[in-house]
Amino acid sequence: MTASQPALRVCGLAKSFTVHAQGGLSLPVLHDVALTVSPGECLALVGPSGAGKSTLLRSLYGNYRADAGSIRVRQDEGWIELVGAEPRTVLDVRHRTMGFVSQFLRVIPRVPAVDVVAEPLVRRGADAAEARQRAEFLLAMLGIPARLWALPPATFSGGEQQRVNIARSLIVDYPILLLDEPTASLDAANRDGVVELISQRRDAGAAIVGIFHDTAVRDAVATRVHEVVPPVTPSGAAP
Amino acid sequence: MPDTMPPADADQNGAYNYAYLDEQTKRMIRRAILKAVAVPGYQVPFGGREMPLPYGWGTGGIQVTAAIIGRDDTLKVIDQGADDTTNAVSIRRFFAKVAEVATTTHTAEATIIQTRHRVPETPLTDGQILVFQVPIPEPLRMLEPRETETRTLHALSEYGVMQVSLYESIARHGRIAKTYNYPVMVNGRYIMSPSPIPKFDNPKLDRSPALQLYGAGREKRIYAVPPHTQVKSLDFDDHPFEIETWSECCALCGSTESFLDEMIVDDAGKRLFVCSDTDYCESRR
Amino acid sequence: MSGPLLSARGVTRRFGGRVACHDVSFDLWPGEVLGIVGESGSGKTTLLNCLAGRLVPDGGAVTYETQSAGSVDVHRLSEARRRLLARTEWGFVNQDAREGLRMGVSAGANIGERLMAVGARHYGEIRREAADWMARVEIDAARLDDRPGTYSGGMRQRLQIARNLVSKPRLVFMDEPTGGLDVSVQARILDLLRGLVGGLHLSAVLVTHDLGVARLLTHRLMVMQGGRVVEQGLTDQVLDDPQHAYTQMLVASILPV
Repeated sequence: MTASQPALRVCGLAKSFTVHAQGGLSLPVLHDVALTVSPGECLALVGPSGAGKSTLLRSLYGNYRADAGSIRVRQDEGWIELVGAEPRTVLDVRHRTMGFVSQFLRVIPRVPAVDVVAEPLVRRGADAAEARQRAEFLLAMLGIPARLWALPPATFSGGEQQRVNIARSLIVDYPILLLDEPTASLDAANRDGVVELISQRRDAGAAIVGIFHDTAVRDAVATRVHEVVPPVTPSGAAP
Repeated sequence: MPDTMPPADADQNGAYNYAYLDEQTKRMIRRAILKAVAVPGYQVPFGGREMPLPYGWGTGGIQVTAAIIGRDDTLKVIDQGADDTTNAVSIRRFFAKVAEVATTTHTAEATIIQTRHRVPETPLTDGQILVFQVPIPEPLRMLEPRETETRTLHALSEYGVMQVSLYESIARHGRIAKTYNYPVMVNGRYIMSPSPIPKFDNPKLDRSPALQLYGAGREKRIYAVPPHTQVKSLDFDDHPFEIETWSECCALCGSTESFLDEMIVDDAGKRLFVCSDTDYCESRR
Repeated sequence: MSGPLLSARGVTRRFGGRVACHDVSFDLWPGEVLGIVGESGSGKTTLLNCLAGRLVPDGGAVTYETQSAGSVDVHRLSEARRRLLARTEWGFVNQDAREGLRMGVSAGANIGERLMAVGARHYGEIRREAADWMARVEIDAARLDDRPGTYSGGMRQRLQIARNLVSKPRLVFMDEPTGGLDVSVQARILDLLRGLVGGLHLSAVLVTHDLGVARLLTHRLMVMQGGRVVEQGLTDQVLDDPQHAYTQMLVASILPV
């Protein structure tokens, strides 16, 4: 891979929310967003609270539906357009190319933490035992005590759940990683583990886009920053 | 069937037509029989008539017999293997009177044998017709109460449910516990109730040289197994179909190969095993 | 990737003057789980029955890609072939397990029926397979000879799932599979279904009014209102960024836990 061949290209991206319960009130959030991320880069989204950093990240993942523009992802030596794509195309990209670390773990009932982490790898056809081993390695690295591995994460603390979530998202070597405040509720020691993992992934050639509230973390992992500009609301004031 | 049918006015019993049923009815039943023979094991509906005896006493069998009998036939009627029970005697006398036929108790001499619950021990031969009295013609009835659904199951050969009932029997009893009315597959196509004969008699149905006709009076169904047709008792590979065996032999004729009835012969509860087929037993004594 | 497994085009069904589902079209791809959500009366069960060949639509067509015989129009198949399809390549999980089970025979016979229907004739092997499936749906194999009537609601539902999956179907229709069950029982069934669907690479069409169930089990969602599909898309997108007023209302109606 070379820097001349980006992993992710976004241009003209627009996103607004229409709230039907409020008479079809339209809330514009993103307007004409353009960015490009290459392998080995970590792009930090910066901007004031409410600027739409999280909306942008979720739009990149297809979790929010873009109104206009283009989000193209490098996959199989070609470009895949995600705006307006069929669900299965988005799922395929998520499955093979693009990982997302959210702040919150969506708990699956009854499944032990180690299997929650191993699942994305198993789903990609990896050997179950190997996937487990890799999951245990990641959980250990992120400071989850071994006695918790066999328990469902539903009862874990917020910080523990977040680390399980990070491990789950990083177990697959996605070429593109989207990180939404991956260290939000972690203490210093655990934060360092996460920073270490993200840096490793970046240096291994992943293209990363992230929101890092913690400036120390941002300085440690980001190679560039991208300013997200607060939207101009119809009334002319920032929401 | 006789070559020449008696004319409708050859009525020697006063108000009744030959063989009790009117000619139209007999023709209708014969058509049902022909269809049944053409589609072995398939239940053909027919317009059953009221007969001068109650349902459950062989009204279906009697209508079939009445439709096929002629003056040169020799009729034998058995009930549970015996020629001398009330039911057998009255049906035999009925046809002797309304169809002017000779009757017999000897299996080998009969051209038509109407039976309830048994197949004679003496092997049947070409040209003989065995008429079964059938109480419940539908083998799937206990598993599927809806007639529309059982018809569909037959039409589509969807017989998993029949096997389910045999599975269930093994699960409960360790073996297929059904001892009579044991379901059979006819000609590899239709599952059929052989009427409540003991499963001991099932092998006699397979490729029998005699024509088998089954008549159900209450449910107005006729079905048939033509001569030399395959009749296979359902089973599992690891629980194959088996017939009953007895450690005793017949107390009267000493047979070790016939179906035996158990009898209590005195107040002390002394038990005796004797052939259920009275003609067979007497012929051996 | 080959073609879609199931395709609906303009499927419409009326009951008298009332339109139960109107002009529904979609493609279901192999390995996909499609959720149909909406309130009761929105037409989702009618649509499911049309898709599964249980109800004839007044308009439109449903096409299924069979394993060996190419693509077939579900409603133009002979009844014999449709029923064969339904008990080999398809499964149908009813909300009320009693409708999907034979209550008069043992659990083992219930699971074994599909095997026997396609010619299995070795009691021991059928029984082993049934016991294996009991374990997979987490029912004690000691209950193999018990009738479903002696089972709890949750166990019955799991038994129904086993009865359907034993023939290794490629497509399973599910009508509110966790409806009417306690929350704790639901969780177990959801988790089980999730594992089985993923592990067996099943495709499924799941009708539910429970958005939590939809989020956990499905890849894609169709939102129905008054017999029409008002919104469809990726499950998390539809739930996190609902576009249609009705979907926004549905999502907003979920009680936070």
